[in-house]
Amino acid sequence: MSENEINSKRFTKTSLVLKKEFNEKLAKGIFFSMTLAMIVPLLLIVSFLIYKAWPSLSFSFIFDMPKNGMKEGGIWPAFLGTLYLVIISLIIAAPVGVMAAIYLNEYAKDNWLTRTINLAVINLAGVPSIVHALFGLGAFVLFAGMGTSVIAASLTLAVMTLPVIIASTKEALSAVPMTFRQASWNMGVSRWQTIQRIVLPNSISGILTGIILQVSRAAGETAPIMFTGAVVFVPIAGDEVLAYGLMDKCMALAMHLYTISTQIPNVPESLQFAIAVALLGVVLLVNALSIGLRVYLRTHRKW
Amino acid sequence: MLHRSKGKALREALIEWLIRICGISAVIFVFAIFFFVFWEGKGLIFNNKVNINTASIEAITKVEGIDESLASKIVSTRSEIKLEKRLTTEWLLKEDLLDEDTFVLIEPFIKAKEFSFWKFLTTQEWYPASESNPRYGVFALIAGTFSVTLLSMLISVPFGLGSALFISEFCSPKLKETLKIIIELLAAIPSVVWGFIGLTIMNQLIMSIFGAQIGINVLNGAIILALMSVPIIVSIGEDALQAVPDSYREAAIGLGVTRWQMVYKVLIPAAKNGLLAAVLLGIGRAIGETMAVLMATGHAVNNPFDGDFPFLHALESVKTLTATIAAELGETARGSDHYQVLFIVGILLFSITFLVNLTADLVVKGIKNK
Repeated sequence: MSENEINSKRFTKTSLVLKKEFNEKLAKGIFFSMTLAMIVPLLLIVSFLIYKAWPSLSFSFIFDMPKNGMKEGGIWPAFLGTLYLVIISLIIAAPVGVMAAIYLNEYAKDNWLTRTINLAVINLAGVPSIVHALFGLGAFVLFAGMGTSVIAASLTLAVMTLPVIIASTKEALSAVPMTFRQASWNMGVSRWQTIQRIVLPNSISGILTGIILQVSRAAGETAPIMFTGAVVFVPIAGDEVLAYGLMDKCMALAMHLYTISTQIPNVPESLQFAIAVALLGVVLLVNALSIGLRVYLRTHRKW
Repeated sequence: MLHRSKGKALREALIEWLIRICGISAVIFVFAIFFFVFWEGKGLIFNNKVNINTASIEAITKVEGIDESLASKIVSTRSEIKLEKRLTTEWLLKEDLLDEDTFVLIEPFIKAKEFSFWKFLTTQEWYPASESNPRYGVFALIAGTFSVTLLSMLISVPFGLGSALFISEFCSPKLKETLKIIIELLAAIPSVVWGFIGLTIMNQLIMSIFGAQIGINVLNGAIILALMSVPIIVSIGEDALQAVPDSYREAAIGLGVTRWQMVYKVLIPAAKNGLLAAVLLGIGRAIGETMAVLMATGHAVNNPFDGDFPFLHALESVKTLTATIAAELGETARGSDHYQVLFIVGILLFSITFLVNLTADLVVKGIKNK
């Protein structure tokens, strides 16, 4: 045998190698198609929603009042209600959540209490939204005597978003290198001053990203506000921004979609789809903002 | 030594206490949720007052020695106070509608309302709004939740774990970033929008593909739930795969194996606890999901399982635990039996998801301790 022949034989793929390469390709292909199988329906569904909603979508759709038993017109009161609920719930949940995360990341020692808190955070995040609704009804609406109101619904949403704010803030705080803290402590600076001057300024953008993400979650929730504050219809003055009081009942976008699509007969299809697209648009926009901020921060990190 | 004013030190101590209090807020809320949901529902379990319902009034009218006017009086009182208070014999005695003698006469016909937790869990009859004979059996509702969750997991577990593997091991960094963002957006779609998609788009699709009479059924809910829980499975599964040290990968690649062999023989065994946790958290989300299931599963109290092949009838409508609460709570009066039983269903749901999450947590702890 000539040298060439030997060489060609030496580097020929044996059946074993062929098999493993085939398997590799097969596995990759299957996993890729599985990933596609999740993403393609999403794109199809979203474009179908927009296609169906197109006749009703317009700028004035957002700023108009519902008309004719909600079968025509816009979504302004619902949009405003959602804005109220989200902002008030964040004003309540964000400070508590951030401080809880500071405790867990900066103060807590590794003992049974910390383990219990961590377990509670995980479980609070897993509580079904309808159970949050029952809790809000029992605790805020009835026990605290708030009645079905903006504040009761916001508090319910706040309890629901709390664990996620804690988790994302904790992550942002733990991304600040330990050496920063050690350097500060060595200067004789106290623990709280270190947190205030070193840890928080270096993690504030990460914390904000997590909080913005919660905006989108709170805006989309229906079950927790169904029995605590959101109602089917509230007539408000169209030109007022401060239309709802804290103790008023309010409308909400998510609730509006539920009512329009299940409770009220003969609503034109394009209106239903338009509300769905409006809600989806709000949520995805806020989410995209949060993602964009995170990507920007990652590329502009100082350390 | 740094000198600080007393005021400053005091302020700092105050802030630190505030932080500590916020720190335990999560624990407080978990207990508060359990307490308040239980508090609203406890009456049904502990309150063994005699309850007069329509059936017993009918029986009473047939007792000798009771004039019809008394019976009609009870009936009229009943309709008057129906929503505010429960009509109990105690209340009737207090209001002088009954005297002790008549009470003795009618006593055999008014049975003490008893709530048996075992019966609650194991019977299938859910007629909470029935005037004459309300029955609270949640077995069919549990079966509904279980069927939708099971079928959705059959879809989302392979797809979720497959995608997690692809994103973590098989794709380029740039594609990986893009896919992760898409999956994050997928997770952000509100459940009511998913429900709407189930109600409109999926409904039509299932009717035309499977020729089903009603398109809102177990299959519809399961597909919607699968799309909803896939992002959780992917992101947590991906985290679990990333947690496997790179030295494992390098050692395997160094032996000349392909990526798939490495994944199959090294990564999956090493990350199996994390992957299991991902699946469990997906299950937790599927069980607790409310709006999507409420709108997509069709609202019929029905047990879709039976002994005949294929055991799970995916084209039947069901009602789940979560959907029952969401749909019926608005129609009930506070303090009524129906209202209270819904809170007990809430406690049941809370307990189930608590167990699932606890298990997931313990499984994750299992990896950390290794």
